[in-house]
Amino acid sequence: MEFFRIRRTIPFMRYSLILNAISVITFIIAVGFLVVRGLHLSIEFTGGTVIEVSYAQPANIEQIRGAIEKLGGGEFQVQTFGTSRDVLIRLPLTKGATSGQQADHVMQSLKALDSSVQLKRVEFVGPQVGEELAHDGLLALLMVVIGIMIYLSFRFEWKFSVAAIVANLHDVILVIGMFSIFGWEFSLPVLAAVLAVLGYSVNESVIIFDRVREHFRKMRKAPVVEVIDSAITATISRTMITHGSTLCMTLSMYFFGGPALHYFALALTIGILFGIYSSVFVAAAIAMYLGVKREDLVKPVKKEEEQQFVP
Amino acid sequence: MNRYALWKYIVIAVALLLGAIYTLPNFYGESPAVQVSSGKSTVKIDPALITRVESVLKDAQVPHEGLFFDTLGLNSTLRVRFKDADTQLKAKDIIQRALDPNPEDPAYVVALNLISNTPRWLVALRALPMYLGLDLRGGVHFLMQVDMRAAVDKRLDTLASDIRTLLREKNIRHAGINKTATAIEIRFRDEPTRARAEDEIRSRVSELALREEGSGEDLSIIATLTPAAQKEIQDSALKQNVTTLHNRVNELGVAEPVIQQQGADRIVVQLPGVQDVARAKQILGRTATLEIRMVDQEAMAAGTPGALTVPERKPDGTVTQVPLKREVIVTGNQLNGASATLDQNQQPATSVRLDEAGGRAMRAITRDNIGKLMAIVLYEKGKGEAISVARIQGEFGNQFQITGRFTVQETTDLALLIRSGSLAAPMEIIEERTIGPSLGRENIERGFRSTLYGFAAISIFMILYYRVFGLISVVALTVNVMLLIALLSLLQATLTLPGIAAVALALGMAIDSNVLINERVREELRNGKSPQQAISEGYEKAFSTILDSNVTTLIAGVALLTFGSGPVRGFAVVHCLGILTSIFSAVFVSRAIVNLVYGSRKKLASLSVGQIWKPGK
Repeated sequence: MEFFRIRRTIPFMRYSLILNAISVITFIIAVGFLVVRGLHLSIEFTGGTVIEVSYAQPANIEQIRGAIEKLGGGEFQVQTFGTSRDVLIRLPLTKGATSGQQADHVMQSLKALDSSVQLKRVEFVGPQVGEELAHDGLLALLMVVIGIMIYLSFRFEWKFSVAAIVANLHDVILVIGMFSIFGWEFSLPVLAAVLAVLGYSVNESVIIFDRVREHFRKMRKAPVVEVIDSAITATISRTMITHGSTLCMTLSMYFFGGPALHYFALALTIGILFGIYSSVFVAAAIAMYLGVKREDLVKPVKKEEEQQFVP
Repeated sequence: MNRYALWKYIVIAVALLLGAIYTLPNFYGESPAVQVSSGKSTVKIDPALITRVESVLKDAQVPHEGLFFDTLGLNSTLRVRFKDADTQLKAKDIIQRALDPNPEDPAYVVALNLISNTPRWLVALRALPMYLGLDLRGGVHFLMQVDMRAAVDKRLDTLASDIRTLLREKNIRHAGINKTATAIEIRFRDEPTRARAEDEIRSRVSELALREEGSGEDLSIIATLTPAAQKEIQDSALKQNVTTLHNRVNELGVAEPVIQQQGADRIVVQLPGVQDVARAKQILGRTATLEIRMVDQEAMAAGTPGALTVPERKPDGTVTQVPLKREVIVTGNQLNGASATLDQNQQPATSVRLDEAGGRAMRAITRDNIGKLMAIVLYEKGKGEAISVARIQGEFGNQFQITGRFTVQETTDLALLIRSGSLAAPMEIIEERTIGPSLGRENIERGFRSTLYGFAAISIFMILYYRVFGLISVVALTVNVMLLIALLSLLQATLTLPGIAAVALALGMAIDSNVLINERVREELRNGKSPQQAISEGYEKAFSTILDSNVTTLIAGVALLTFGSGPVRGFAVVHCLGILTSIFSAVFVSRAIVNLVYGSRKKLASLSVGQIWKPGK
């Protein structure tokens, strides 16, 4: 069986302009949301307390809300988590209650309401930790970008490395933008997923560029656009199969991994989808706009014997 | 022809064998055990305890399945394995009653634990199951921030009083000593006095950097801590707090606590299996105290109890009762530090530093009681124990030495013990995580299930699409998982839920290399190459691409490893290791299998790599 029976070169670059226009618009929308609405950051970044409890029967959210309201202490959230019997309670940082004392108070009043309640998890993060994590996260992102740029410029040449980085940063922004648009919780594992996807998508671009270089060598007379198209066509089968397999894994995590892996798997899934799109349509197109030429990639072979006789 | 040299097969076979050996312990499961460890710094676990516990269990007719004595660093533990949880609980009570007759003042920590059923020969090879993180086995995690400013402040206080004493001794008149947040200011009225003071301070107190300020009648020296001194203060404060926490955690009866320094001013405490956070916090936040009292020698000679009597544990293990006088000479909060040193006869001794008030009291008492006995008493949970009873040799100041027939190890321990009585600097819990045991089990199950289902889906697809080459890819992928688990077991890296997710992701990404190879082989066949040529060129051409793509992924992984903490780190470790094992398994292992299957056939007509479709036919 062979899924991709491609008879001739698919003119990917013909659609590049319109798709890139769409990319630019979605990119602007994503940035707009990030600026205006920001991210729904997990307590790892903001500081605060998260309590996960489980009941023997479906939980009465209103009752729980009432009980916590009585304790005071500012804005809080109560929601079911995974099943209707599991409840997640989020409390903000309060001055004075330095450690997880809040959790003890909440548990006491919940126990009074319904003795079947069981504490599954408490997480308390102080304010100093959050800032540090955000800082480290940005630093990690920066390091990935610089590391990959250095690697690519050493492996290819600057036009490709710029194209790959722009394309994949565009993915990162879109993924984070999705988290902002839909108000999904952005936690540390999600950040890890985004960075892992960044590395993974860049490799997609690398594979395509590798082929572009190879085809530049083979198709000496063909115009640049045709070379790029033929390179993408040659790799599209691999791209779809590889990413299909990786998506199998991330979707399996999404469906079977439980609430703890929910957003992590979601970020990976979306990231991989954007990664395919941007490698095929964005990275190659940017390289094209930057005016990549045969001479950039195929270095003229110098005849060493001749050079030796140069006085 | 596609053949690997013999050595390549040998390397691969050895890697697979090692992989299998180190993966194996993960399949044995765990059985309930009771763990005995030292509850006090003065109590050491020794092999003699094995016979004691064994006979206790024998008397009570509780069957056990073996006793294990382990030494990890300075701490030894004894673990007894049992058939089921009921026997384990029963045995715990029996052992606890026998070893700790006084439950108020336990000398041993008896805790419930699980030990791996890994056979002895595997353990001898250091093959252990993966180390599970708290999110997979339940427990409490604290991250504590040590208030370093307070530690520095405390030291400045001491130094200020030292300087005051020094100037008084040398008869140098100053116009006042002031301590600010970061410096000590000493004022003088004339230049020669200041110069003399400066010389004295410089020669006696090396921790301070001195700076002159002011003019005319209003002269001063501003003394600040040198960066080296500041660092030393912080280091020792952190070490002391870690030691104190260790002592306290011992009381909780936690089987495998983790207490570690993190960064310059933080301490991580992880207590697997502890569910009662409130109690854990209360105990971690408590302070033990130290007191110095005179021994009531009349009562001692008469054999009657003094105003109060505390036990003293001698080095040979015997316990004697020491009667003490009522008055407390020095209390714990007057202690500023202790360190192991050598006395004037080059014998090991423990040097103790007191603050000014403590020093004054000490001087007054010792002047009048030369030749008499003095005891240093450590109070833990309201129970006192004499950690040292020594004869007063001369007048003490705010710095004195405890001498005796000590070894270097004993003086270090004693210094540690004196220091660990209290925290060097206050701490604040800045991160806290509690995971219930049921959630831990659920997390393992979910992580395992999602990896398994994803793997199954990929395997089915690969075999249907690429036939024999697909099967080989699946075998290579299985080898990849095995090697990854073996590496994680061998390194004893902490496996967390994000770590399991990283295993799943590593598989999803590792398949990329296999697809690249298989597609290349197909392409070569499509271009009319012979099967053998297609194999060798397919692998060769795919290799550089595989390397490229893995390097970029690895860059991201290393960045996460460098800057990540907590869950991100758990993910990054597995992610990076997974990339390395996937290169090995996809390139070398799969090639080795292909070579074994196809490589030696001279008249190979076709390859089973799925249907090769050629355009135009």
